[in-house]
Amino acid sequence: MGRTLARKVWDAHVVRRADNEPDLLYIDLHLVHEVTSPQAFEALRLAGRPVRRPDLTIATEDHNVPTVDTLLPIADPVSAAQVEALRKNCADFGVRLHPMNDPGQGIVHVVGPQLGLTQPGMTIVCGDSHTSTHGAFGALAFGIGTSQVEHVLATQTLPQRPPRTMAVTVEGALPAGVTAKDLILAIIARIGTGGGQGYVIEYRGEAVRSLSMEGRMTVCNMSIEAGARAGMIAPDEVTFAHLRGRPHAPAGAAWDEAVAYWRTLATDDDATFDREVVIDAAELSPFVTWGTNPGQGAPLAARVPDPAGYADPALRASAERALAYMALTPGTPLRDIAVDTVFIGSCTNGRIEDLRAAAEVLRGRRVADGVRVLVVPGSMVVKADAEAEGLDEVFRAAGAQWRSAGCSMCLGMNPDTLRPGERSASTSNRNFEGRQGPGGRTHLVSPAVAAATAVTGRLTTPADL
Amino acid sequence: MEAFTTHTGRAVPLRRSDVDTDQIIPSEWLKRIERTGFGAGLFSEWRADPAFVLNSPAHAGATILLAGPDFGTGSSREHAVWALQDYGFKAVISARFADIFRGNALGNGLLAVTLPAATVEALTSQVEADPGVEITVDLAAREVRAPGLVAAFDIDDFTRWRLLEGLDDVGLTLRHQDAVAAFEATRPGWLPTTVPATAGVSEKH
Ligand code: SF4
Repeated sequence: MGRTLARKVWDAHVVRRADNEPDLLYIDLHLVHEVTSPQAFEALRLAGRPVRRPDLTIATEDHNVPTVDTLLPIADPVSAAQVEALRKNCADFGVRLHPMNDPGQGIVHVVGPQLGLTQPGMTIVCGDSHTSTHGAFGALAFGIGTSQVEHVLATQTLPQRPPRTMAVTVEGALPAGVTAKDLILAIIARIGTGGGQGYVIEYRGEAVRSLSMEGRMTVCNMSIEAGARAGMIAPDEVTFAHLRGRPHAPAGAAWDEAVAYWRTLATDDDATFDREVVIDAAELSPFVTWGTNPGQGAPLAARVPDPAGYADPALRASAERALAYMALTPGTPLRDIAVDTVFIGSCTNGRIEDLRAAAEVLRGRRVADGVRVLVVPGSMVVKADAEAEGLDEVFRAAGAQWRSAGCSMCLGMNPDTLRPGERSASTSNRNFEGRQGPGGRTHLVSPAVAAATAVTGRLTTPADL
Repeated sequence: MEAFTTHTGRAVPLRRSDVDTDQIIPSEWLKRIERTGFGAGLFSEWRADPAFVLNSPAHAGATILLAGPDFGTGSSREHAVWALQDYGFKAVISARFADIFRGNALGNGLLAVTLPAATVEALTSQVEADPGVEITVDLAAREVRAPGLVAAFDIDDFTRWRLLEGLDDVGLTLRHQDAVAAFEATRPGWLPTTVPATAGVSEKH
């Protein structure tokens, strides 16, 4: 009986298996940031335990860091203390850290792939739900809580139950103007925020194969928004070309050996999934969320839905609540919704290709009056690359703000927040109530739609310009 | 971790689905480096509304949260569990939990109990009609009991044993250090380490 990609990676990492117990899984790479780690390091300290494998652990500062005036001390004393705690913990326990202003600093899920630390067939964890991003390389990567962070620091393993597997197959080619972000938003709207619960999703099919690594990372990143533990895409030539030559990728004979192994990881033809979903790419178009969970989305050409149309009372109540929070009226064309803020960045859409897509739309155009546009690269390397290509000039000339790297307005732990009642078009991954600042209203979009929206001040696709 | 065998208490009915961890504990609270004191931040945005169910004097001192489906979605923040516990909750009952939240809860001794949607609805209606109703969550017997209602719930043997004994995972795993070392000896040599190859960071552009 054949095995799925997820199962193969799982089986290769079982340290110990016993009846009625979870498998003890070895973890190849542990990513750490300042928000979910302090209590874990503190617990190690109290127990007198070391970090078992500091050489498989790497930390970066991302959630709290300001994206302007980064050479000044962090103004918020609580944020500053948290960043300081990470620095002390990394120094005490011997963990490599990329602090603010370091050329290697960035959002944790941008840093791993950019260094070549994220490779096919690995197990990767981080105290952050968007660890699913790394599954784009064919790694089994999932988010964990702080107690599990402590567990991995202490033992380099995690007790885990094997997940069920789900195939999401996207057949055919994506129509022009439809991006990876539109694809994943449409998938979540289709299966729901709990649709992937208990599963690892493997994304398959022509439309997925034809995505770049950046696009694949965008898709896998938001697997958690469908409730899935992880998302994966089988490694192929696109993966290998993206990895080759990166600082931590294998080289020489080791590269050949690794590639030979990576080629064996694809799901066997006779393997079965616990659930299968098929999506026709031809039916997709630019997608936007109208509600307060990522499953509440619709094609941008559609209208705000009428909750009365939902048969399920729970869905209806949730839609009613969402529309009240979002201050939207059923039947309003989504294109008529005006925003005051546009955020381009995050671990979903803060990579170089995302910035290129946004710059392409903004080149030679101006941001609408009264609209604040923040462009926040996912890492300092992305920032340097964008500046080398002159993208920063394109953004500035259009009237957008070019910032330094971090999570920024994705969750508003730093000063980049929405004020109560403000409305954003955001390339991030969560439109929860108050996610970008208390009382703020978020519409999730792709980088191209975000840029076009910046130009008109209303939800807009580039094709509408 | 405190052991959990059985708990009886009053409940708060939270009639909302898709309650994400950003609502349970807003990100502003995540800046703290301590593990305690998060109760004040629990549902803090919603609690600003005097009509929010947690503000109702009828439910003061309740220790069981009756939640809508898909509870604990979104961010992996364990602070959500710490906030619920710090506030005084011992158990959360829902028709479906997000995976990471459930793992975090069970890892900390907050019992996340999955029951069929119709059963959660029955319990919720009962508590709404009479906030004084007491509910028992019995881990030893794997059942939830309320007046006129007994509902069995699933929990795997290992997790149940760990909770009943109040054992933490790190201690259990450290018993298997030899197996971990043996596994490490078999890892392929080309797997990456985070030790910088050269000083500074040179990236592929
Ligand atoms: S960019 Fe947003 S989603 Fe990604 S790690 Fe940062 S806060 Fe989390």
